[in-house]
Amino acid sequence: MQQPVTRVEPSADDTVSEPPESLALALRTEGLSAWYGSHLAIRDINLNVRPNQVTAMIGPSGCGKSTALRCLNRMHEVIRGARVAGRVLLDEQDIYAPDVDPVRVRQRIGMVFQKPNPFPMMSIYDNVIAGLKLTGESKHAALGERVERCLRAVALWDEVKDKLRQSGASLSGGQQQRLCIARALAVEPEVVLMDEPCSALDPIATYKIEELVDELKERYTIVIVTHNMQQASRVSDYTAFFLAGDDRVGELVEYGPTQRLFTNPQDKRTEDYITGRFG
Amino acid sequence: MPRQAYQLELQNLHDQALLLGSMVDKAVARSMDSLVQRDFALARQVIDEDAAVNQKRYQIEEQAIQLIATQQPMASDLRSIIAILNIVVDLERIGDYAAGIAKITLMHGDKPILKRLIDIPRMADLGRDMLRRALDAFVLLDVDAARAIATEDDVVDALYDQVYRELLTYMIADPAAIDRATWLLWVGHNLERIADRVTNICERIIYKATGELVEINVSTY
Repeated sequence: MQQPVTRVEPSADDTVSEPPESLALALRTEGLSAWYGSHLAIRDINLNVRPNQVTAMIGPSGCGKSTALRCLNRMHEVIRGARVAGRVLLDEQDIYAPDVDPVRVRQRIGMVFQKPNPFPMMSIYDNVIAGLKLTGESKHAALGERVERCLRAVALWDEVKDKLRQSGASLSGGQQQRLCIARALAVEPEVVLMDEPCSALDPIATYKIEELVDELKERYTIVIVTHNMQQASRVSDYTAFFLAGDDRVGELVEYGPTQRLFTNPQDKRTEDYITGRFG
Repeated sequence: MPRQAYQLELQNLHDQALLLGSMVDKAVARSMDSLVQRDFALARQVIDEDAAVNQKRYQIEEQAIQLIATQQPMASDLRSIIAILNIVVDLERIGDYAAGIAKITLMHGDKPILKRLIDIPRMADLGRDMLRRALDAFVLLDVDAARAIATEDDVVDALYDQVYRELLTYMIADPAAIDRATWLLWVGHNLERIADRVTNICERIIYKATGELVEINVSTY
């Protein structure tokens, strides 16, 4: 039986504050649906991602959260047979409009994946600038400054500044992930999407990434998919709970300020999930 | 259902809080009996048993902290545990007030009680009734009942006011009666504070049920 979606938008007296004029720059979706071939994976997602905030997407396996994330920067369509309907608006411009270059979209909306994936045949330095080479930047001095700035932004500079020519694969898992984040930042995105960025990392590396996410939101908008509810509650300002119904189609069940969603969710399905009463 | 062991621990925490409620309700009843019946042995028992009340409170707090540390409770579970952490403080203080009344029984020694006790036992009955119904409301998550119980604090306050004025007249009429009047005033004060503590408990019940922290019915005293 279809259950109503509980959309709890932050009200005026919520504690999270932001300048009202920045709402125009939010990433948002309208009626977003996505298919793998004939299988409908997510249906009618309407999500507002607030600027310079961290939005977590949580839900059980198979709920469509990673699919939804990949739709936000047109990564879903690179999968054979995959398609999308609805709109995803960045700066109120639909990234799926016919005249939009998906490569440019992915520059503005970067992505970090679950398994750290530095390009193994490239040095640390070349890993960071890999995206810049694609965008045509060629001035060496500017590249060097950009590399240092991005590696400092991910708290990796001091650890690697004397071995920038070494392979990216020579780093630890946590360092590799921070290198991947630096690589994403190098093309100066507005939004950074993270798909379970800490799943493959140990607890200390995880905490370092979470600390980094908190720092990065000063300059970027972050959307993070995580199956770790405690992580979602630690790092995010807003949380979106996804769930697949009996028809195995993922829907957005509830969205709201993280503090409220984890202490007083409005939807029973959200309550059941976060208290572990599912099943 | 997943997390069975956790659910059982949560239920046990609830049960322990209810047990503490029952212990302090009994303490209030016995302390009043000791005063009315001039039963010094009973009064000493109530005083001694307050140690068990305190121990139960700390045991519940420790249990709650362990649950938070090991199970990362969320949503209604978290609110429940936080509510219990606050409620047991109020319950333990009610136990202290009961022990205080028992001490006043002992303080009388062989001196007669100043006057026939009417309003003071009435305050005790009202407070105990409020406490018992609050514990029911805690189990049933009955927000309406919690709000209603809290308003009954006004009746207890009015009775205390009456007791206070009456005892003043005794003190003015006979300075030799000041000590015994003061002791009864302290009993009245303790019973008035018990009703206030039950109001606090009602506020936590509302928080547990709704997530809202509200102050109900600010006391006159």
